[in-house]
Amino acid sequence: MRTVATLLRKELLVELRSLQSVPGMSLFAISTFVVFHFALNRNTVEGDLAAGILWVTLLFAAILGVNRLFVADAEEGGLEGFLLAPVDRSAMLLAKALALLVYLIVLELVAVPAFALLLDPSFTRSLASLVGVIALGDVGVAVIGTLVAALAVRTRARDLLGPLLALPLLVPVVIGAARASAPLLTVGSSSGPSARWLLTLGLYDLLFGLISYALFDFLLED
Amino acid sequence: MINSSSRPARSDARRGGGPARDRLLALSLTTAAVMALALALVFFYAPLDAEQGFLQKIFYVHVPLAIVALCGFVGAALLAVMHLRTREARWDARAYVAIHVSLIFGVATLITGSIWAKGSWGHWWVWDEPTLVSFLIVFLLYATYQPLRFAIEDPERQARYASVFAVTAGAFVPMNFIAVRLASSFVHPRVLGSTSNLPGPMALTFLVSLAGVALLYLTLCSYELTIKRARGQLRALRRLAEAQAGAVEASASGVRRERSPAPVHPAGTVAAPASRGGA
Repeated sequence: MRTVATLLRKELLVELRSLQSVPGMSLFAISTFVVFHFALNRNTVEGDLAAGILWVTLLFAAILGVNRLFVADAEEGGLEGFLLAPVDRSAMLLAKALALLVYLIVLELVAVPAFALLLDPSFTRSLASLVGVIALGDVGVAVIGTLVAALAVRTRARDLLGPLLALPLLVPVVIGAARASAPLLTVGSSSGPSARWLLTLGLYDLLFGLISYALFDFLLED
Repeated sequence: MINSSSRPARSDARRGGGPARDRLLALSLTTAAVMALALALVFFYAPLDAEQGFLQKIFYVHVPLAIVALCGFVGAALLAVMHLRTREARWDARAYVAIHVSLIFGVATLITGSIWAKGSWGHWWVWDEPTLVSFLIVFLLYATYQPLRFAIEDPERQARYASVFAVTAGAFVPMNFIAVRLASSFVHPRVLGSTSNLPGPMALTFLVSLAGVALLYLTLCSYELTIKRARGQLRALRRLAEAQAGAVEASASGVRRERSPAPVHPAGTVAAPASRGGA
């Protein structure tokens, strides 16, 4: 656990000093909302459309972060250094996933208000449910993103392979998250996110958490 | 190192050539027979569907292809687990071949499914059909297997990363089907999804078709594995020949060195003198 904390601290420190992921992701999300405004020719969105725009934007912004997650370590010898240390290798997975989760939370602190401001979706119910759905979606994106980033980082075409691998794997997350948030963005809707979507998201997070945990060691062998 | 890797390969080839070829031949003939039987049943035995008529016959091709492709994907995950546990290259080769042939079957599934959708629903693509949509997503994921694999140069790491991908994707298959099934609105009743509600002759035809397609899958996998193995042996032989030619060159005079551009010859002709030189 202390290893995870140390690694996470290092990740966040590096990000804080270099600012290479989170500002780019946030700016990308805001630009994407602007693009959606013009592409759809709408000033306001609601329901399915709003949920879809929100999740597509968050997903693509997240992939920017995923693509950069291991690059510094792979290029500057951080992975070799980590492998020399007598610690559990899964610590790296957990630390990277937590770091990505923090990036996503910061991204959403910028992107969701920007979404509200630019496209005026109708937040009908309490924001708490939306935060819950976003949190569940984030865990899935963080877990799968970390696994995919580790798979892609030492390939020749990593900038291409990262998104190509991540998007199909994240389709169930998008289905669950978008369907769960749609009623929260619908005018006059009285229902909350349906339990089956939250359950799907939770199960998916859990399953891929276990798979990543089982497989991650194999990616760090050399 | 080169010697130790190529000697067993050569004796393998001598030992396994006959039986392996016979097995491949038997498998091919069985496949051809079962496929022919399946087609005969499809066209002459199975009754015409009351609603869809002749068009429904594509069901006997499309559904077995889809089932076999998906089983191949999941089977590849099991083979990849074996590779990660044992670290033997042959498991990785099997997983690779399983995914490769499944991808080909996947393309065929999507095309036949599209034709069927156009015929029965009037559209080339139907988002309401969860099986079709799930299959597309799975297919898109597996389509990245080869780009991922061949973007890694080190063979050992290539095999390891490919196996990690295969296991992840194999676990993704059922999960994705559940998620997409939940998301669809059940517009179309799933009449043709399983054999349980098919009338007898149709069910029999379907099962024979399924067996035929499954055999076809196994045959194609066997052929590809055989080719891969032969290519590996050929490469090992060629490397051995080059190494020995190089050794001969190094000890020979400068005049001889100019006269022996060995590596361009087919492996067989080079291997014979090389092995004599080694003995």
